[in-house]
Amino acid sequence: MTDVQTPDTGAKPGPGGTVDDAEIAKFEAMAADWWDPTGKFKPLHMLNPVRLDYITRQIAAEFGRDLMAERPFAGLRLLDIGCGGGLLCEPMARLGATVVGADAAARNIPVAQIHAQHSGLEIDYRHTTAEALADAGEVFDVVLNMEVVEHVADPLAYLTACQKLLRPGGLMIASTLNRNPKSFVMGIVGAEYVMRWLPRGTHDWRRFITPDELFDLLRRAGLDPVDRKGFSFNPVRWDFSISDSDLSVNYVTGSVKPA
Amino acid sequence: MDNPAAAAIFPPMTDRPNRTDAIIIGGSLNGAALALALAQGGLRVQVIDALPRATQAATGFDGRCYAMALASMRMLRALGLWDRLEPGAQPILDIRVSDGRAGEGPSPLALHFDHAELDEGPMGHMVEDRHLRPALLDALDAHPLIAHRPATRVTAQATDGPQAAVTLDSGETIHAALVVGADGRTGPTAARAGIKRRVTDYRQTALVCAIEHDKPHDGCAHQFFMPSGPLAILPLRGNRSSIVWSETHAQAKAINALDDAAYLDVLRPRFGSFRGDIRLAGARYTYPLNMTLADSFTAARLALVGDAARGVHPIAGQGLNAGLRDVAALAEVAVAAHRRGEDIGQADVLDRYARWRRFDTATLAMATDGFNRLFSNDNPFLRLGRGLGLAAVNASPALRRAFMREAAGLSGDVPRLLTGARL
Repeated sequence: MTDVQTPDTGAKPGPGGTVDDAEIAKFEAMAADWWDPTGKFKPLHMLNPVRLDYITRQIAAEFGRDLMAERPFAGLRLLDIGCGGGLLCEPMARLGATVVGADAAARNIPVAQIHAQHSGLEIDYRHTTAEALADAGEVFDVVLNMEVVEHVADPLAYLTACQKLLRPGGLMIASTLNRNPKSFVMGIVGAEYVMRWLPRGTHDWRRFITPDELFDLLRRAGLDPVDRKGFSFNPVRWDFSISDSDLSVNYVTGSVKPA
Repeated sequence: MDNPAAAAIFPPMTDRPNRTDAIIIGGSLNGAALALALAQGGLRVQVIDALPRATQAATGFDGRCYAMALASMRMLRALGLWDRLEPGAQPILDIRVSDGRAGEGPSPLALHFDHAELDEGPMGHMVEDRHLRPALLDALDAHPLIAHRPATRVTAQATDGPQAAVTLDSGETIHAALVVGADGRTGPTAARAGIKRRVTDYRQTALVCAIEHDKPHDGCAHQFFMPSGPLAILPLRGNRSSIVWSETHAQAKAINALDDAAYLDVLRPRFGSFRGDIRLAGARYTYPLNMTLADSFTAARLALVGDAARGVHPIAGQGLNAGLRDVAALAEVAVAAHRRGEDIGQADVLDRYARWRRFDTATLAMATDGFNRLFSNDNPFLRLGRGLGLAAVNASPALRRAFMREAAGLSGDVPRLLTGARL
């Protein structure tokens, strides 16, 4: 996910930073926006359970974890790129992972920090990028790369940085939007214009990537793509489900860094 | 980010061995079943029950019993309770529905459901309260993730923060992601959360008793529709049956004031003589018949289950079965959310539960209400019409099977626990 319309507060907080009370009130209001399931991030909230189902099952399978256990992801270091308000970081922390949330938008960081604190969760939120983290030599067991790749200028360079962030045998989960007439209708006309779920201009359809193109990019970035599934929207039930066959709009992939 | 005030108000939820995921207010049948289902899914639960343990513990047969639909029985099996309950439970092998008037016996246009038409086995079981309640209590005590706190009252609840807080009469305040109101149709948890209940009064009172009869029942349940209201005869183990019938408030009050011998004199012509002589086999009860429906099943960090959400007319024995459907749906939603790391009390998680139960509840409330209004009437045309209706349903195996599947709890989007699967 990428930040789309939260106003920049100009604050530069971070671990150890100081922020006055008025700033905190503003961040709390923005956190409430991020976490309101009927608010402006409604489509993310609708998608979140199936994204989490996919992510948790892939991690459990890759690292031999039992999802029935207490804190099944204890000992795993996980990075969420484009963490926004922390909609994925908090569940991963609750499941026991050591979580770093990175966002290129400075204004998202204090917002996510305040919400995590209220939730009683320790999460390391940083205003940084995948490239900067890779240059700093950071290494993770899991990299979450959800709804980001369609927003970056050079997908191959970006995915290569993500690959460097993984330890050998590590897992990357990447989701994006397919490029075809249906995804144009559903993802842009439907979500941005008809349902007003997303601000107009959120997505540029030409930047959408087909699953084959993404698999090709992942391989060129040095990863082994191992799985792909669709997040299929059912307009009768009005929710998303994981689909083996319908990758026509939202889809997700799992890739492993060769050991 | 330094915000010590927030940290003091909201103690961390994870990394605490004494963390509580859900607080269930009300430890009766639905509350206890929910605690077991959540704990089976790995959640830590506290059950706050106003009643002292002794009130809930086993006593002799007191006449209270439940018609457990097939789906509810499967859920009890998934919760590990059925092996203990089965020896005392009476399978319902046959259901006969007929239109009758006191003294005349059942009308010839009758409806007959035979369990042999349902692949899954008996449509339901009669389970006695004295067996069910101790089985649930012992299971609560045995589960390491459940803290059962009988004889404890809730004095306040606050569910608008990042965690819910429930204050007990001891002065202690406990925190959890989710609070569940399982405290019955007049329980205060809903009102404390600002949820109102609508009440429909049927202007009738149900009379309930258990009888012994000379002849065996062969597992057959009967429902007679009398002008004053329905009379149900439900088979219990041995030559015993549970009787439920309804009268106007005034008549019921007068009947219940009679001594046992005179009470039986009122019951005999209604019951008929087809099972030989009858005797009382437990206490007598009366329940004013009404339907209550909460305006909403959820509020911030709060969900209602069972009678606290919706108390239906007990005409078709659907009260506890509907409650267990709530329990199964809420447990499935909450356990799935917990496994994917979601906050189980967040609004969109609770909305999944509310959406799941909304349709089912409206259907059930309308069906039982309509059923009763249709049959509690002495108008000769309605009488003939419903006789023909019963005969029509009876003549159509497909319609009959549809009714049976509905009554057995097998229709609709069935929660996993009700299929007998563990969460």
